Amino acid sequence: MTSDSVNTYGEDFDASLDQTVGLTPAQREALDTVDKAHRTPDVEQPWAALGMKADEYEAVRKILDRRPTGSELAMYSVMWSEHCSYKSSKVHLRQFGDKTTPEMREHLLVGIGENAGVVDIGQGWAVTFKVESHNHPSYVEPYQGAATGVGGIVRDIISMGARPVAVMDPLRFGALDHPDTQRVLPGIVAGIGGYGNCLGLPNIGGEVSFDPCYQGNPLVNALAVGTLRHEDIHLANARGNGNLVILFGARTGGDGIGGASILASDTFTEGGPTKRPAVQVGDPFAEKVLIECCLDLFRADVVQGIQDLGAAGLSCAFSELASNGDGGMLVHLDRAPLRDSTLAPEEILMSESQERMMAVVRPEDLPGFIAITSRWDVEATVMGEVTETGRLVVLWHGETIVDVPPRSVAHDGPVYERPYARPDWMDVRQANTPDHLHRPSEDELGELVVKMAGTPNLSSRAWVTAQYDRYVQGNTAQAMPDDAGVLRVDEESGLGVAIATDCNQRFAALDPYTGAQLALAEAYRNVGVAGGRPLAVTDCLNFGSPEDPAVMWQFAEAVRGLADGCQQLGIPVTGGNVSLYNQTGSTAIHPTPVVGVLGILQDVAKRTSSGWREAGAQLFLLGTTKAEFGGSEWAWSQHEHLGGLPPAVDLEAERALASVMASAADNGLVVAAHDLSDGGLAQALVEASLRFGVGASVSLEAAGERDGVDAFTLLFSESTARAVVAVKPEAVEQFTEACRTSQVPVVELGSTGGDALTVSGRFSLSLAELRASHEATLPEALNA
Amino acid sequence: MRIGVVTFPGSLDDRDALRAVKIAGGTPVPLWHGDSDLKRVDAVVLPGGFSYGDYLRCGAIARFAPVMNEITKLAGPPDQVAPGLPVLGICNGFQVLCESHLLPGALVRNEKQQFVCRDQKLRIERTSTTWTNGYADGAEIVIPLKNGEGGFIADEPTLDFLEGEGRVVARYLEVNPNGSYRDIAGVSNASGTVVGLMPHPEHATEAGYGPEANDGTDGLAFFTSALQGVLSA
Repeated sequence: MTSDSVNTYGEDFDASLDQTVGLTPAQREALDTVDKAHRTPDVEQPWAALGMKADEYEAVRKILDRRPTGSELAMYSVMWSEHCSYKSSKVHLRQFGDKTTPEMREHLLVGIGENAGVVDIGQGWAVTFKVESHNHPSYVEPYQGAATGVGGIVRDIISMGARPVAVMDPLRFGALDHPDTQRVLPGIVAGIGGYGNCLGLPNIGGEVSFDPCYQGNPLVNALAVGTLRHEDIHLANARGNGNLVILFGARTGGDGIGGASILASDTFTEGGPTKRPAVQVGDPFAEKVLIECCLDLFRADVVQGIQDLGAAGLSCAFSELASNGDGGMLVHLDRAPLRDSTLAPEEILMSESQERMMAVVRPEDLPGFIAITSRWDVEATVMGEVTETGRLVVLWHGETIVDVPPRSVAHDGPVYERPYARPDWMDVRQANTPDHLHRPSEDELGELVVKMAGTPNLSSRAWVTAQYDRYVQGNTAQAMPDDAGVLRVDEESGLGVAIATDCNQRFAALDPYTGAQLALAEAYRNVGVAGGRPLAVTDCLNFGSPEDPAVMWQFAEAVRGLADGCQQLGIPVTGGNVSLYNQTGSTAIHPTPVVGVLGILQDVAKRTSSGWREAGAQLFLLGTTKAEFGGSEWAWSQHEHLGGLPPAVDLEAERALASVMASAADNGLVVAAHDLSDGGLAQALVEASLRFGVGASVSLEAAGERDGVDAFTLLFSESTARAVVAVKPEAVEQFTEACRTSQVPVVELGSTGGDALTVSGRFSLSLAELRASHEATLPEALNA
Repeated sequence: MRIGVVTFPGSLDDRDALRAVKIAGGTPVPLWHGDSDLKRVDAVVLPGGFSYGDYLRCGAIARFAPVMNEITKLAGPPDQVAPGLPVLGICNGFQVLCESHLLPGALVRNEKQQFVCRDQKLRIERTSTTWTNGYADGAEIVIPLKNGEGGFIADEPTLDFLEGEGRVVARYLEVNPNGSYRDIAGVSNASGTVVGLMPHPEHATEAGYGPEANDGTDGLAFFTSALQGVLSA
């Protein structure tokens, strides 16, 4: 039982400082200590097998002025891996900070660099949110990979001092009809559900997208949201000479060893050795208990600094806490409670066992700390203490096995200015416009609407989302299939947040700069259409190998596009994640910059649903339509065509649209609103009608005439900054006037009602027929 | 009126149940799994979740918690005619009640082997219980259902006995989401004080945060019933 080990190290702390027992002479002889490193400078070390480059190894030798010990090598190799050090992306990511103006910082309580950003939403409340990837582990072992992805991001949220309140999952898979998708997708969905449902976190949205480019490299991104009072913010630093460093939560095992360095920073090659042992295994029960335990610890004010253990495990926690604090730490690694007593110190330092946290605690708070961890049956161990030596010293049964400047591990890793260049094939790709694709005739339009409603990318996601608990915690005002997830934060005032994540990888493939801005624009629009006022951004940048100049160019362009876009919209990036090496052999995935936008609603009761519940509302189309089919769902699903340019971005128009919609929601003018994105107006009308089983009758003439486009273009083009809005009859004048004042183009479409979607003079489709097409696709493919 | 809600490690809907008690007009009292003190409550809710992780049979460990010893003692055996302590077990709480033998039957993995979350239509079949006396006979309601192991099973004689005694409290309508025998969503003890229910009435007590049907407050009567029933007892 847990408290035994605690008492040993808690009450008997001084005596345990000199722990020389426990090693046999042979073990002592085999141990690679700092002493030994001095004595044996020329020992061959496995830096290459640990994923290090020759010059990186040389840099470590230079920092230490000797060869590293095995344990030091383990620490540097994981912390300098692409996944942990951002060595290829750093030089570009700087723009997120550089392009953030003082006005954009107004609501920012904690910015990039901590475990997650924190934004002020008013009334003393703050929200922290972040999206991360768990792509490679989820391909190797779908269930555990996805489950631990949820677990990892949730611990980031806890370590800010917040209660986690929701998760969302942007997912991308290969072709729906590919046999391996039927292995990967059900496992990933079950893993997310299995872990998230057991944590008691409502899943309120995300994405499911299919594209052959993800066949050998699915993307599993996980977003978590937490809420806290301003005064509860906690940071990851180790301050206060003599303060105790406590490891608590699950025991350390052999799972996830090398996960960060080898899995996350290597490319899958066919026929290579299986990497399964490097995937972590999750225990959601342990994490749920850890959440409640941490919240009690925060309430009792017995924690000075806190850090979750994720990628790079103890190596990361020790070095980051120390370098963000007073700069020194002395720890006894042999005190770490183990699941496998045969683990070597190098393995313990690298293990990515889940559900572990590290806290910095004042000695006088130790009894209070232990009382709380004992109440939750959480094992807690005093590993050592904060020092002012400027060194991170790790002992193993009294022998010094690590003695390094902590910043050199955590922050001063290599920085690469990777070469990047726009690849020549971009010209070919962009020149291959969709103009030559066969358009349907007038009398084929209705049939096409039905067909499109059932494509893998546009069909109902219910097969996936029905496996997630959206009700737990009782604050979910809106979840799937609405445009944005909406959560109540304050139960008295109704203050809350809306969050959406989006990315269209085909747009990013055609133009990564514009593609990233389109992802931002769509998420921003979804938040606005739901009634939220956008406030902050998180991103998960999924790309191929940074060693490929073409990929690096895509990355650089996407970052530049996103940073410029955020600056123009005036909302800061508060944190996120980069996932590189997403490719199979030499073929990279499409650039996939997933963007999450968070907005505020003063009262979530006033949110706007994406579907209309009643007949008699008047329908309007906001925004203008041009013939924009490059990267569109129509071109892809009907012609397997990907070429030309993506739709044009107009962020000022997006800002105006979101602002009009947020005001309309505040003033109670609208009954429903749905953004136009994949599949265009046709798909938006289908989804909004199916949402509550109330149809609509629309006419395309007025909009077509105004914009000079035909019915096909109006129905299927994916022009941006558009939404279809159902307005209360008595509010029509006020609403259209508000649109005009804000210079948002508005045109009447028709009205809601009936059990069909009717486009006057062209076609009438029964909701039953549309529903059959929309809802059959995933079950038919996945219930085989 | 004091209604206790037990928190086991791994309980998830405990705070929702406490909120539901408050919305219904009662005094919510948090109870701790390791504590045999029931704090003078008039009734108890065992909430949804995964008590102790439920890595064994769901509820199999929770039944041994100190708080459950006390509750089992006060609730009395299932066929006892005299009313004991009223207990509502929701989802995991239903599993705990079956494992504690306060209710017959067992809950097994969903027929389709998948966790399912949906707005579920039910018919209230027994209104002479502490927790359902506020519903009209045969009332049809929609409340959330979310479970991975929600299939109610029992042998044929037990099912016949429960039906014969009128102890089926609620039945699934339109869709049987988990393969429960005879569409059974909830059962009670003989006196109607102890009720186990797989769907979640506590998630349907506040307009705007529950199912889209009927304002989303169809579950509130489970809690107002208890206040009414306990008062009149």
